[in-house]
Amino acid sequence: MYEKNGDKYFVVDAHQHFWDASPDNWVKGQEQYAKGWIECFHAYMGLGPPETHWPLEKFMKYSEEDYVHDVFEEGHIDRGVLQSTYLKEWYTDGFNTAERNARMVEKFPDKLIVNGRFDPREGEPGLKQLEEDAKRYNLKGVKVYTAEWYKGSRGWKLTDPEAQMFLDKCKELGIKNIHAHKGPTIWPLDKDAFDMKDIDVAATSNPELNFIVEHVGLPRIEDFCFMATQEPNVYAGLAVVIGGLMHARPRFFNKVMGELLFWVGEDKMLFGSDYGIWEPKWQVEGFIDWTMPDTEEYSDYPHPTTETKKKIMGLNAAKLYDIEVPAELQLQNGGTPAAKEDAQLVESA
Amino acid sequence: MTRERVIDALAEVYDPELDEPITRLGFVTSCEVSTDGDVEVVLRLPTPQCAPNFAFLMAADARKVVRRLPEVRDVTIKLEDHYTGDEINAAIGRGDGFTGAFPGETADDDLDALRELFLRKALIARESRLCETLLNAGAAPEEVAARRVEDLPDDVPDTRRCIELRRQLGLAHDPAAPAFVLPDGQPLAPDDIKRWLRTARLVRMSLEVNGGICRSLLQIRHGVEIEDPEEVLR
Repeated sequence: MYEKNGDKYFVVDAHQHFWDASPDNWVKGQEQYAKGWIECFHAYMGLGPPETHWPLEKFMKYSEEDYVHDVFEEGHIDRGVLQSTYLKEWYTDGFNTAERNARMVEKFPDKLIVNGRFDPREGEPGLKQLEEDAKRYNLKGVKVYTAEWYKGSRGWKLTDPEAQMFLDKCKELGIKNIHAHKGPTIWPLDKDAFDMKDIDVAATSNPELNFIVEHVGLPRIEDFCFMATQEPNVYAGLAVVIGGLMHARPRFFNKVMGELLFWVGEDKMLFGSDYGIWEPKWQVEGFIDWTMPDTEEYSDYPHPTTETKKKIMGLNAAKLYDIEVPAELQLQNGGTPAAKEDAQLVESA
Repeated sequence: MTRERVIDALAEVYDPELDEPITRLGFVTSCEVSTDGDVEVVLRLPTPQCAPNFAFLMAADARKVVRRLPEVRDVTIKLEDHYTGDEINAAIGRGDGFTGAFPGETADDDLDALRELFLRKALIARESRLCETLLNAGAAPEEVAARRVEDLPDDVPDTRRCIELRRQLGLAHDPAAPAFVLPDGQPLAPDDIKRWLRTARLVRMSLEVNGGICRSLLQIRHGVEIEDPEEVLR
């Protein structure tokens, strides 16, 4: 719980990691990719305040103590969703597996949720694995990373026929939250690698599932907004928006938040710190303090209220993950977080 | 042939995704011209994972503009610090298209469809900035919709770029053509301006934010100062 000016916020971090990208875990012969990947993430950390930067060595593999300190002791996080990204072509034991995340969940079962993953290119064995993971970790969500390299392929789409088999399996297993992360390489290589048409199609065909688009589809935030106005089950994952812009590019942050509030709406936006890329503390505190400036430049944008921030910081994610919120931290005016109808409200705006 | 002339030529190469010259984005790491007229240009992008198709387009365009210069002999374009740098550099060196770099992973040698998609986004972004300036100066929507290309302010980069984008897209851009058109070339109607501006502003913001993130990442990764039209990293 985070309290500021008498207002109390239930904070759910819907997108965080506990990875191992240390050299011991690099696949022989693939070192340049493993190293390049984590160095690139480390550069993103540089977009946060200088006092929160870590040396690369710590960034490659932070400890359980680091995690507990940064997330729970300092970071104001009530509940965290640990996402799984495997990248086993580059990292021997995987970059950030469900198994590794689950070790953390075992220690904090009341505070943490682990999300699984699937990759339709793994076929039948992949489906079996998803089933086993769902049982073992009681999965409510998965993360899909469509730009992962796999046996010579540089990516996949949610519209691939095999992907629908996996989405059907998710429904069968009670997995309802699909966190989709668009990365930069996808097959065929001549198409816009960040194109979200496949999420759009999958969201329409699978209304029982929620699609949380991580980092709001950046660099295609415009495509994301147009899609989200039409798909009631598409949500904005704010990882990177807050961590990458709020400190480094405050004017752009105002505009991105303004556009998201206008097109997508406050019921469809979920805070995610993206830890270990950025520590949650400055993000939570900064976001609660943030206001839309009262100048001409931003006059067209919705201005966030305390209720807006309560929803974005935790109540929306709590709804998607069936997390019980203490009565004193719920909305006081009886509003409904994560309301799917919000998409229609935008059209009349 | 001087290094300055080569750099000037490289300023005509745009990052298709951001609609900005690669020289202004800090993507040109080095540019060497030998006394015999051999040119070597090294390019770098904000991350090693930047999309291979855009990376290829910028490298191929760089080769094209430098080869057009008189007195230039051999041209080498080297994309450094990129996951698909080897494939791209080899294909560019051979003068191959995109299929030469990634055989079996694409059927599109010129990436025309991808290029066109982003030229249209760039046109929307540029036009909306010009349109907003006119409206802010007090022009009525009817006046704005009636403007011709020749009425656009001279010597404004957005005007020049809009005309260039329309030329590349095969849209009318003569002095008497409408100043503001939809991406398919249809003139913008007065009643549609407000609605169009709302979506156009989103597209423009997206381009600008992406440019901002790219600049910040390059600064952080390489410690270089890059000209920044919006804000600097604090």
